[in-house]
Order: sequence, then C-alpha cells, then structure tokens
Amino acid sequence: MAVPYVLADAAVVAKRNIIKIKRVPDLLVFTTLSPIMFVLLFSYVFGGAIDQEGGGQAYREFLIAGIFAQTVIFGATVTGAALAEDLKKGILDRFRSLPMAPSAVLTGRTFSDVVNNVIVLIVMGVTGLVVGWRIRSSFWEALAGFGLLLVFAYAISWIMAWIGMLVPSPEVVNNASFIVIFPLTFVANTFVPLDTLPAPLQTFAEWNPVSAVTQAARELFGNIPPGTPAPTAWPLLHPEVYTLIWSALFLVVFVPLANAQYRVSTSR
Amino acid sequence: MEQAIEARGLIKRYKGVTALDGVDLTVPSGTVLGLLGPNGAGKTTIVRVLSTLLRPDGGSARVTGVDVLARPAEVRRRIGLSGQYAAVDEYLSGYENLEMIGRLYHLGKRRSRARARELLASFRLEDAADRPAKTYSGGMRRRLDLAGALVADPPVIFLDEPTTGLDPRGRTEMWDVIQTLVAGGTTLLLTTQYLEEADVLADEIVVIDHGRIIAQGTADQLKRQVGGERLELTVADVALLAHVAEALTPLGVGHPTVDDGRRSFVMPVSGGPEVLSEALRRLDERQVRLEDVGLRRPTLDDVFLALTGKTAEQDGTPDAQGGA
Repeated sequence: MAVPYVLADAAVVAKRNIIKIKRVPDLLVFTTLSPIMFVLLFSYVFGGAIDQEGGGQAYREFLIAGIFAQTVIFGATVTGAALAEDLKKGILDRFRSLPMAPSAVLTGRTFSDVVNNVIVLIVMGVTGLVVGWRIRSSFWEALAGFGLLLVFAYAISWIMAWIGMLVPSPEVVNNASFIVIFPLTFVANTFVPLDTLPAPLQTFAEWNPVSAVTQAARELFGNIPPGTPAPTAWPLLHPEVYTLIWSALFLVVFVPLANAQYRVSTSR
Repeated sequence: MEQAIEARGLIKRYKGVTALDGVDLTVPSGTVLGLLGPNGAGKTTIVRVLSTLLRPDGGSARVTGVDVLARPAEVRRRIGLSGQYAAVDEYLSGYENLEMIGRLYHLGKRRSRARARELLASFRLEDAADRPAKTYSGGMRRRLDLAGALVADPPVIFLDEPTTGLDPRGRTEMWDVIQTLVAGGTTLLLTTQYLEEADVLADEIVVIDHGRIIAQGTADQLKRQVGGERLELTVADVALLAHVAEALTPLGVGHPTVDDGRRSFVMPVSGGPEVLSEALRRLDERQVRLEDVGLRRPTLDDVFLALTGKTAEQDGTPDAQGGA
C-alpha cells in the first residue's frame, strides 16, 4: 500500500473521531471542562498552601507546565479506551473489509488524539492566562514548548493504542492506564520541586520522562523563576533531548507492537 | 458460468471447537446463495473467512477469481460486507458514515459524497441523512449498514443475517431492498436463520450445521426434501393423539411428530387446504376434539427435523467464542 493512502486513510479515520468529540458528551467534557477544572483546582487549592507569601502567583506559574504535561498524557489514554470501544463494536470489521491501509485505523486514532490534545492545550492555556500564568519567553519558544508536549503525548498514545488492543474492554484500559500514569505524573517535578521529594523518589523523578517534558515546557515558557538552582541530573539539564529520546523510543517499540496486536485482536 | 465465490475445504478451529469442518461452496456470478443454519452453525465464520477478516486453518477460497488468502487487499476492493451487528458508527450521521466508507474505498471526495447522497435516497434514509445513526430505528440502521456495503458498487456482497432482530415490517422492507439489489446483477452470499428468507431471496440454499454442509439445493428441492407444508394440531386430551395419528398419517408425505406434553401433532403434507379439510373430516368422524389446527410453511426447525432428526434449537450449540 502506497504511503499517501496510509495518510489519506488515517485522515479519514481521524475526521470520524473528531466528529465524535462534538457528539459524545463525555468526550466533550473530558476535552474541555476537565482541563479547566485541573488548572483551577491545582492553582487555588495547592497554590495557596505551597506559596503563601506570593499569594500563589509564583507557584501557579511553576504549576501550569506540570498540569499541561499531566493532562495531555491523560488525553493520550483516550486512544486506548476509544480503540477498545471500537473493537467491541462491529466498526473495525467494517474497516477491515475495506481496501484501506490497515494501519490507518490506529494511525488515524492517534492523529485525532493530537487534535484533541491541541484543543485541550488551548483551553488550559486560556484558563492559565486567566489565573495569572504568563509566557515569559518568545512566541517561538512557547510554541516549541507546546510542540514538545504534543510529541510526547503522541508517543504515549501509541502505548495506549497497544493496551487498547490488548485488553477486553474500555474500562480496563482506563484502570490500567491510571495505575501506570498516576504515579508517573506525580513522582515528577509536575506539581512540586524535586528537592522536596525523599531521595529514592527524587532519583526516579529525575529520570522520569514526565519530569523532562515538564522541565522543558517550563523552560520554554520562561516559567523558571530567577535564582532557581540549576538541576543536577542529566535528563533535566537536557530536557528537550531527553524528552525526544523517550518519545522516539516509545514510537519505535509501540507502533509495531500496537499494529501487530491490532491484527491479532481483530482476526479472531 | 463464471464463479463469483469458490471455497474448498474450509476449516476453522477455536480452542478445540471446530467452527468449520471442511466447507465447499460455489456461487456463480449474479446469483444469490442463502446460507441457512441455526446460531453457532458456522455461517458467520464462513462470511468472515470469505471477506478476508479471518484466516482459516485449512482450505482455500477465491472471490471473483482472486485468492482470498494470498491477495486479501485485492479481494477487499471487490466485496461489500454488511454484518449482523450493523457496523455503522452511531455518532456519525448516515451521510457521514457513507461518505467515510467511500473515502476508504478510495473513491475520492466528490464521488464519495455523490454516492452517499445517492444511496441515502435509494434506501429511503434521506430525511435522516444528517442525523446521528444513534437516533435511527433498527431497520434504518440495517439499511444504512447495507448501503455501506454498496458504496463502491462491488460485484460481490456478503450479508450476514440482514434481518435478525428486525420486526416483520423491517424484514419485508429489507427484502425489497435486497431484491432490487440482486436484480442489478450483484452476486450475493446471505446468511440467515429463516427458511422463509432464504426461500424469498436465494437462488440456491446451503444448509449448514456444526460447520458442515448437511443439504444443498434450490428452495424447491429443499422443500421437497422437507416436504411441503406442515399440518399442525393440538388436541384437548392426550389420549386422543393416538387416534389422530391413526387417522391422519396416511394423508402425510413424511413422518408425523407427536408431542405428548404439548398435546400436539405435526406432519408434513402437500396439497394445502384440501388436505386440511380432509383431515378435519376424518377427525370429525372420530369425534376428536381439537383446540387448534392449521397449515403452516416449513421452518428452519422442520428442515432440521427432516435432515437430522433433531430440531434446530436442540441441535444448535451456543456461538463458538469469537463468533461462529
């Protein structure tokens, strides 16, 4: 199958998924309301407690990149749950009986989740601006920050695609991904500075790619307060590179795995 | 005549359960084959193998001369599939569903759109075209699903139980649609649990049970084998059944079935109303009191009874895992 067909077919499948965001109330809430909620909750509930003299302003600025990272990673779990759902219904049989590129089903799904995450980032960004977050770098740097978040989430969505093909129901995907993703996004610099963590967790957090993507976004948005000591761990000294290495690794491993599992799970 | 579908010795096993046990099929171009059998007989498995969704453990198959196992992508260009679960996306509108399928058949944007509108019109879904399929009735969903199979105008169509779960009106509507389709020269392989449906729609019927073909022929041939209509009656008192059997057996064209529990007597007959009135006359002579009496067409149960000595229900095993 020619490459242009793979992309064209994936675009058709992605369009289908995007139409669904509008029509399925759960997805719409997940996409638009929960990001607003996250920003507000974290900013005001934690913000006051952690950074009392600044009225929470400095912490809010620190926090936003972390919330962005966590939310786009959770956004990637939509991939798994949606695929598991499709698998349960007959629609994948229909796709498989068509002369489309077989890999377009998963590729289209991951494409539409990028679109979903773009919407999520816009909603969160605007909410962030309202609560006092500011981009203190250049336009291009900020754009690179958002880009990096999207690339990392895209790579995660292929892990989720594999899980979605592996497990029997969408609910299991959600449970399975929570067990992995919650610790990953919390044992990191997303919500607290790393030096507040106990030593073993601190080492884990330093090498946790979620920390790197958060650190990278924070730097690119210009949200590292002046006077903050430079990180010592290699991943956090080179957060962009480290993020891209992990993203590439995830893609190299999970794109073939997910597609192989797709063939196995659909041809029963 | 050119063969649109040819299958030889198809075998499929699921964890020790044999879903297909050496199935041979031949469907000449432009004809309709009805695959008749109870749940779990292997009908869906055959459709899934022929439509490239499932690799068999043994055997070979060709669709319009193209090898299903060696060149599945080629086969997919030439077939349309409509399954029993109505594989439409319920959040997309009817139009969006069909347009998407057209794009995935690589018809291009313009042709996909035009074809979607055309099919919606001919399937009487125009008014609902822009509503999510979620809001459709069961019959409308089935029609949309069938329309999906026709988007690329493929020469061979597979319909897996197109009317299961539909009410009688929905079923008749679906039959009309299918008959129009067949009149256009499309080759059709249709699975069904209803003898009447196979009778109305199919040129040739293959009866399948436990993954094996147990009978095959035209509807007429099969009915001759099964024996015309059924005279069915219920008596007020079990003791009378013996009288009934003695009086009526000579009128039948096959062995009667007597059920003491239901106080019923069922016998294949041919000759219609005359047989019925003769039967009533004889019972009247013997003063047998009836609760119910009637003539009916043979059902799948009768076919199974005639072919295997068991009813389809007794005989039907639950669906093998992953569909059968």
